[in-house]
Amino acid sequence: MPHKTTAGTEHSLSKEDAIEVMATVKETLPNALFKVELENKHEVLAHVSGRMRKNFIRILPGDRVAIELSPYDLKRGRIVYRYK
Amino acid sequence: MAIMLKTAAEIAKMRRSGRVVREVLELVRGMVKPGVTTWDLEEAAAKKTAELGATPAFKGYGGATGPYPCVLCTSVNNEVVHGIPSAKRVLREGDIVSVDFGVVLDGFYGDSAITVAVGEKIDPKAEQLLRTTSASLDRAIAAVKPGATLGDIGAAVQEMVEADGFSVVREFVGHGIGTRMHEDPQVPNYGQRGKGTRLREGMVIAIEPMVNIGKPEVQVLEDGWTAVTQDGSLSAHFEHTVAVTRDGALILTA
Repeated sequence: MPHKTTAGTEHSLSKEDAIEVMATVKETLPNALFKVELENKHEVLAHVSGRMRKNFIRILPGDRVAIELSPYDLKRGRIVYRYK
Repeated sequence: MAIMLKTAAEIAKMRRSGRVVREVLELVRGMVKPGVTTWDLEEAAAKKTAELGATPAFKGYGGATGPYPCVLCTSVNNEVVHGIPSAKRVLREGDIVSVDFGVVLDGFYGDSAITVAVGEKIDPKAEQLLRTTSASLDRAIAAVKPGATLGDIGAAVQEMVEADGFSVVREFVGHGIGTRMHEDPQVPNYGQRGKGTRLREGMVIAIEPMVNIGKPEVQVLEDGWTAVTQDGSLSAHFEHTVAVTRDGALILTA
C-alpha cells in the first residue's frame, strides 16, 4: 500500500510559528549567548543568529535587539536584528 | 523516525511473509476475467490468507477518514491506488485492475502489487502502460545495492516512464517496511541520481511505481481512500518488497 508523500510538508517549525519581540541586552555570556530582557520584563536566553555572525555584527549590553522566540520554549530565543 | 536495519534472520521472516503475498496475488491474478467483481477477488484473497496462516495488513489500517475496510486494494482503470473492493464493481473486457496486497506474518510485513488486464484484448496503449510500469519496477530493483541512493531508484523509474511518454505519480511513494507496514524512508518514484538517502545492507523497502498515461496529478475521492487520476487517464501500479543485501536486491515478494 503506497504511503502518502510528505515531500514539501516536512517543516515542523516554519518562520510563521516564531514570535518576534523587541528586547534589551542585559548580560554577555560565553559562546555568543546573552541574557536579554523583554518589554514585559521577562528574561530570555538568546543566542546570536548565524546571519549576524556572518556579517560580524557585534552585540553589547544595552543594545536593543529583535528576538525570535520559539513557541516550544519561551525562555530561549535567537537574536536576529540589532537596532540602531 | 529512523531507518530500521534488519538482520539476516529478520529478512528470512520477511521472505516468508513475502511468499504469502505472492501466493495470494497469483491466486487473484488467475481469477481476473470479465464478469468477476472486485469483491470476489477480495473474498478469495481473505480466505487464502487465512488458510496460509497469515494476517492481512491493510484491513483496519488507519487513515484520516477511518480504517481501511478490506484486505485488498483493487484499483480499476483511472483509479491509481487504494480502490476499495465492491460487489458493484464488475470487471469488463478491456479494463485494467491493479491489485495491492499486504500481510503480516510472525510480526513482519510483506507488500506487493500487480496490474492485470481483464479479458483477451486491451487497448495497445494500456498494454504498453502495463509493460512500462512493470519494467520500471524491474529497473528500480536492479538499481538497488548498498551505496546506491533513493534518488537512483526514483530516477530509474522516472527515466523509463517518461521516455515512454507516461507520467510518474508524485503524491504516493514507496516506503520502508518491517515490523510496521510503513516505515522510513519514503521511496519516491522520481528523483535525481546520487541524491537522497544512501541504501545500506539490511534495509528493506517497498518500491512501487504508480504510472499514468496522462498527467501525474491525482485526487482522492469522497470515500477518503480511492485515488484517481485527475485527467481520467489510466494508471498502473506494480510493487515488490525488496531487501538490500551485500550482493544487491533480494526480492522478498517474488
